Amino acid sequence: MSMHIMSAYDEELKYLTRRISEMGGLAEQMVAESVRALVNSDLALAQKVISDDTVLDDAERQIGEKAIVTIAKRQPVAADLREIMGSIRIASDLERVGDLGKNTAKRVIAVAGSGIPRKLARGLEHLAELALVQLKEVLDVYASRSPEKANSIRERDEEIDAIYTSLFRELLTYMMEDPRNITPCTHLLFCAKNIERIGDHATNIAETIYYMATGAQPEGERPKDDNTSTLGSVND
Amino acid sequence: MNIMSEAAVEKALDQKMNTVPFKMIGKDVSVYYGEKRALFDVNLNIRENTVTALIGPSGCGKSTFLRTLNRMNDTIENCRVTGKITLDEDDIYDPTIDVVELRARVGMVFQKPNPFPKSIYDNVAYGPRIHGLARTKADFDEVVETSLHKAGLWNEVKDRLHEPGTGLSGGQQQRLCIARAVAVSPEVILMDEPCSALDPIATAKVEELIHELRTNFTIVIVTHSMQQAARVSQRTAMFHLGNLVEENDTDKMFTNPDDQRTQDYIMGRFG
Repeated sequence: MSMHIMSAYDEELKYLTRRISEMGGLAEQMVAESVRALVNSDLALAQKVISDDTVLDDAERQIGEKAIVTIAKRQPVAADLREIMGSIRIASDLERVGDLGKNTAKRVIAVAGSGIPRKLARGLEHLAELALVQLKEVLDVYASRSPEKANSIRERDEEIDAIYTSLFRELLTYMMEDPRNITPCTHLLFCAKNIERIGDHATNIAETIYYMATGAQPEGERPKDDNTSTLGSVND
Repeated sequence: MNIMSEAAVEKALDQKMNTVPFKMIGKDVSVYYGEKRALFDVNLNIRENTVTALIGPSGCGKSTFLRTLNRMNDTIENCRVTGKITLDEDDIYDPTIDVVELRARVGMVFQKPNPFPKSIYDNVAYGPRIHGLARTKADFDEVVETSLHKAGLWNEVKDRLHEPGTGLSGGQQQRLCIARAVAVSPEVILMDEPCSALDPIATAKVEELIHELRTNFTIVIVTHSMQQAARVSQRTAMFHLGNLVEENDTDKMFTNPDDQRTQDYIMGRFG
């Protein structure tokens, strides 16, 4: 897109873009580290993730403040306005991703030493890999602002949902096998849920990017394959 | 309870705007100043009881188009208008049409407040007097008062109606000019950058007034302030190099315009 006549305006928009990318990088790192801390029972790494979260919180606040000031000073319209509103939304999604990573990290202490079955750990790692791919790709799309790619990410959230549902079933099985598994398995269930939510936030971001690029909401329902909310009911 | 989805509400509003009848229809309007062509086959319709804003960079033809709507271009030597403009059903360029009467139906407010060097009262009474719209003193008193009320100026000037209009502040003078335009009960009011000489508070008062006048009049406003177009209008038309680039609902125009040139212009980017 062509430049603004006032170059300071471009600088303000660039600042937002740069800070969002930074937030994205950090959020990605936190999620990866929180899952690694979980499967390796690495308490020090978990602690690092927990303290990194304040950086992400600060970044979101600063982006919000800059966005407000830019709106007040420049009265942005059309694509510029969508850009700024999009920044606010994406920053808040990324901040939530960080929170979810932090929450997973906190559970490392509770789960540590209970000996997570290798198979389960694999499942969690796989779920996290998928969520991280989604997150990474959505951040790449943020850089390119391609509405087509944003849409294709949105359509892939289904896969994460499906794996989450199968992990859910697996954890239930462990709990039924031995009641002593209930505490660690419940924590792991929350961890799996956290990771699944990260996929949802990546999808949110994809939708926001689509809106920023086109001014329209993506069409059609968001594909869903998360059946856990009815799992175990009499009708199941 | 039947709750309409957002999309349905939007569609209904669109349809509502689409069913507003046209007050003026401009078909293939071209304007030439001597050899130089200033407007190229503009097709733009003005909806009734709607504020239509004309925007675009300097020299884009927006003021030229505005002036074709009440034949103000007639006063410019060498100026030639082709195409067809109708007010309701009447072709305003028909040779049999009375231009003075046309300008009573399509009034105009200019960029710089230009009250006559007369009293506030006479400024407003002038139009009704020359058009024979009032006869008795009571008639005049009434038209002056209601016009000043409509222009939101009555409370500020009611005790000094016989002082000169030129003694008012800039913003008050502009509202006096609006009262003067309103006094002859026009159907359409044209405004050529009515706020460019006013401070933000006087501007806000005029904008509030434009918003209220919409109930009784059809308004076409030329403005260089994009924010003003966004604030006061329901429809916006974007001109560029003598062409009409895009005409759309103002809400759409300022969030997601269809044309790249509109986009660049309203966002203040290099086109």
